Amino acid sequence: MKTFAGKTLRWEWHNGTIELTLDHEPANEIGTAMLAELEKFVAAFGVLAPETSVCIIASARKSIFSAGGDLRELYATAAAVPAKDRAAGVRAFLERIHAVLNTIDAAPFVTIAAVHGACLGGGLELALACDMIIADKMARFAFPELRLGFIPGFGGIPRLKRDLGNAFVRDLLFTGRTVNATRAQAVGLVAQLAGEGEALKIARATASQIIKYDAVTRAAAKKFIKPIPHEELRQEIDLFCELFTRPAVMAALKKFVEDSGPMPYLP
Amino acid sequence: MRTLEQTTQEVLDLAAKHFQLPAGTLAPGDDFFKKLGIDSLQTLEMLSRLENHFGIELPDYEVQGVSDFRTLAERIQSRL
Repeated sequence: MKTFAGKTLRWEWHNGTIELTLDHEPANEIGTAMLAELEKFVAAFGVLAPETSVCIIASARKSIFSAGGDLRELYATAAAVPAKDRAAGVRAFLERIHAVLNTIDAAPFVTIAAVHGACLGGGLELALACDMIIADKMARFAFPELRLGFIPGFGGIPRLKRDLGNAFVRDLLFTGRTVNATRAQAVGLVAQLAGEGEALKIARATASQIIKYDAVTRAAAKKFIKPIPHEELRQEIDLFCELFTRPAVMAALKKFVEDSGPMPYLP
Repeated sequence: MRTLEQTTQEVLDLAAKHFQLPAGTLAPGDDFFKKLGIDSLQTLEMLSRLENHFGIELPDYEVQGVSDFRTLAERIQSRL
């Protein structure tokens, strides 16, 4: 399937490059709807991969790449079942999103996240599964999960640890603060900085360079320098599910979904 | 080194420019959430603009609860 237009995202293949565009109101939240379409996307890799050199993941939404996991859906789904059954539902979702992100992580072509605006939680985890992040200078990155009483659940910590120093990883996790693109580039999270509104254009220019090189060598180099931390990813799912069963988490989620303030991502 | 007054004026000028308001529309004591009607994403955008302009990092938690330009400028000043 070289082109697809779903309810939350679309993709188009053109001259060796796939462009996956997230377009789900209001903020590209990754809930069951986007997950199902991401599963369709990675299922198409078998057909697309032999003819693909680069995949660019971008957002069509203004001022945001992705707000991350759909916390409103998570809360509604969890609240609708007895407390003892909540972890199983969350685990099933996490298994599916991990399978998707692991496939993107290991794709035999180069993956670029072209990020503008806010890139938070699960949105950052999606970007981290890519080989490179090219960020608009106005982009901001954060892992605000600890404010809700759990940890990033889409592979964030193992992938951050794979790529970055512990000082920055701990700062992001323990404060939940957002960091700007300049800082993100300084610590190695962002590969290239783009001017305002130019991230996708720069990603396309980068793709046009990458595409020149031999596909077999490129795939071998990627496999060599970017091992997937499978064991830590499994541990992350277990830890997330363990933390999620605590009553404090449901209380924090409730507070979040009812918050209409200007900075709901802060505790 | 900027004075607090200079920093405050630069914050006001930056906000006025970004939200396309005539110069002098904004005052140091104004509540920027009410005056500019900004949402959470615009707040993050403004934070990036301020950080890029002043060449600083301003953690979100340092501006949590801040709603007027003068106090915001004080927080920025302490990072300069």
